[in-house]
Amino acid sequence: MTQTKKLLTGDEAVARGAWEAGVKVAAAYPGTPSTEILENIAHYDEIYAEWSPNEKVALEVAGNAAIAGVRAIASMKHVGLNVAADPLMTLSYTGIGRGLVIVSADDPGMHSSQNEQDNRYYAKFAKIPMLEPADSQEALDMTMEAFEISETFDTPVLIVLTTRVCHGKSPVIIGERTEVETKPFIRTTAKYVMVPGHARKRHVIVEERSIKLSELSEKIRFNRIIRGKGEIGIITSGVASQYAMEVMPDADFLLLGMTWPLPENLIRTFAASVKKLFVVEELEPYLEEHIRQLGIEVTGKEVFPRCDELNPELVRQGLTGEKPSPSRIPADIPIPVRPPVLCPGCPHRGFFHIVNKNKLYVTGDIGCYTLSVLPPLKAMDTCICMGASISGAIGFSKAFEDQPGKRVIAVLGDSTFMHSGLTGLMDTVYNKSKVITCVLDNRTTAMTGHQEHPGTGFTIKGEPTHAVDIAEVARALGVRHVHVVDPYNLEETDKAVKACMELDEPSVIVAKRACALKCRNQDFALSVVNQAQCKKCGACLKIGCPAIVKKGDVIMVDKGMCYGCGICRQVCPFGAIEAIE
Amino acid sequence: MSKETINVIMVGVGGQGIILASEVLSEAALRAGYDIRKSEVHGMAQRGGSVSSHVRFGKTVRSPLIENGQADIMLAFEKVEGLRASDMLRNNATIILNDAEIVPTTVSLGMGEYPDNVTDSLRGMGFRIVPVNADHLAEQAGTVKAANVVLLASLASFLDIDKEVWIDVIKSRVPQKYLDINLKAFALGYEASCA
Repeated sequence: MTQTKKLLTGDEAVARGAWEAGVKVAAAYPGTPSTEILENIAHYDEIYAEWSPNEKVALEVAGNAAIAGVRAIASMKHVGLNVAADPLMTLSYTGIGRGLVIVSADDPGMHSSQNEQDNRYYAKFAKIPMLEPADSQEALDMTMEAFEISETFDTPVLIVLTTRVCHGKSPVIIGERTEVETKPFIRTTAKYVMVPGHARKRHVIVEERSIKLSELSEKIRFNRIIRGKGEIGIITSGVASQYAMEVMPDADFLLLGMTWPLPENLIRTFAASVKKLFVVEELEPYLEEHIRQLGIEVTGKEVFPRCDELNPELVRQGLTGEKPSPSRIPADIPIPVRPPVLCPGCPHRGFFHIVNKNKLYVTGDIGCYTLSVLPPLKAMDTCICMGASISGAIGFSKAFEDQPGKRVIAVLGDSTFMHSGLTGLMDTVYNKSKVITCVLDNRTTAMTGHQEHPGTGFTIKGEPTHAVDIAEVARALGVRHVHVVDPYNLEETDKAVKACMELDEPSVIVAKRACALKCRNQDFALSVVNQAQCKKCGACLKIGCPAIVKKGDVIMVDKGMCYGCGICRQVCPFGAIEAIE
Repeated sequence: MSKETINVIMVGVGGQGIILASEVLSEAALRAGYDIRKSEVHGMAQRGGSVSSHVRFGKTVRSPLIENGQADIMLAFEKVEGLRASDMLRNNATIILNDAEIVPTTVSLGMGEYPDNVTDSLRGMGFRIVPVNADHLAEQAGTVKAANVVLLASLASFLDIDKEVWIDVIKSRVPQKYLDINLKAFALGYEASCA
């Protein structure tokens, strides 16, 4: 048999591993850096794949598919596991029928996340085995092994990836799919119905299982020692191990791929064999704490940062005490910051312009529109987690009750609305809050790269399906004032916002216009600044469109970047921005 | 280049086609028989922000990130982004510098300044500068959108990977209807850098 070597990201490798392991059901909600796992699984015809409305649903779909007898996988970003924590904790008790694997894609450095929680603690918390791949080959191998562990020990298995593993590419030897027979489901209520009487007995089984898993951790091939010169010993896991091996190739290494439960004997043996011991790990001192509990002296977070992701120079500095070399860039050269921005033609831009005009407080949410917090729009007051906009607005409006004139608007996207906005909106009606909710409906999950959701009318495999109508849902939940507007039309949008501000009851605005990145070929008239009429007031600059550029004293529209949304033409008080015929 | 591992960093602005360019380089390195690691971040970084992609290839490569001060070649899609990432480079490294200035919104808003003479500044720091007018060459090939392939071709002319390998990878990556334009863009970029 010839081996096929392919260059895969960690996410692609997990997808391949799931396919090779005979998975039949896969579910996820998109979230960077986990999104591509399900996108790649969806290409395999043998696997049922779905974008679930949120991670709790995804884990319940996958978890119960496993209970019912087929191999299943649920993937999510780190904060997604918070949403799915409820079923996670109890699936640990019930165990599985066929293999169940949960993938948490953590984001050290917060490249696109609201916090940098270290999800390795979830394995310890839920008492389920955990694997931490360091590259794409391990991502594939460990995914396959995870299903075996899951079935041998009757437990869900957690795989923790990090951004550099998810989106890093390295060569992978791929194999073929093994079909796994469906295990007939046999009603076993004492195992699968977690009423207290049953759950108490299952907890005992979970504790016994943990002891058996410790034995596995001692001998699993992913926990291994690589001998060096016996001077410096490094215990490490995940991508941090790659940095450490690169900067200190002569050290002794204990590479940990299975990190819950930890192999205590192996750690003791290794620690005794070296003169000085380091733990190199990203974010929290997860390994370090455990190793210290064993009474082993170790150097860790006192030399490696707890915040932000690691990289080779940070690892080198920690291991050797070297200081970072000073920058060569002369101090007198300005380097302007370049933060991410709402794209040219983004429909959210017009809406936030109106929000600012009406001096509304904004409880925001997770998506592209979160970028409106940056100058010049600066149109967001809070952003906590998925779905927090509407419920957050209820809190704000309660707090504002004795401060007349202060009005709050909840702003979230269409995909986020499906994820966890529905219950909050129901609360605005049920508890008689006068919150204005705006769903910025750009017809896709834009921030993560345009995934479908229950409102788009298509499944992950591109099959047409029912499209949830957000305005109809709002009415069905009891909202009596629902406006559907085009955010490219500022007058129409302003009218709707003003009408909602007059009300003493909940209202909804659906600002509906497809994402400009998804509909790039629309035939709109581009904009141009008529220099003779331009008074250089800068009103157009305040909408923050990257296509409007100020060079020296001249304001102009970059023809290559302009999308033709026409918002700048509407905000210019002097009619100086014109449509190109 | 006789070093064991070649470190290439690509920098620019989200939307310029950096990820695709780094994919082509990685695939070409794999086909040329090297071990390879590549890293960049997706998501928010693509929304017009600063983007960088690290590609490392050689006999055995471990870290997917280049260590500060260790990059051999930089492919800068935008000038100020080249300057921003210049501390990633080793002494006397080569910078393939696209003749493009994309003004960040922060500059338009008066919250920052776009530096003058970036090319000279980088040269003053001791780097070897290879200027490329990628937009112009790409337009000659048929569309300004192929500027990333022009830049890639320039990079290809400096690396020890056969030209045919690059062309094969591009053929496998680019949709049929844009293939001719992209191959022409590659040829123009390659010629311009070899001249």
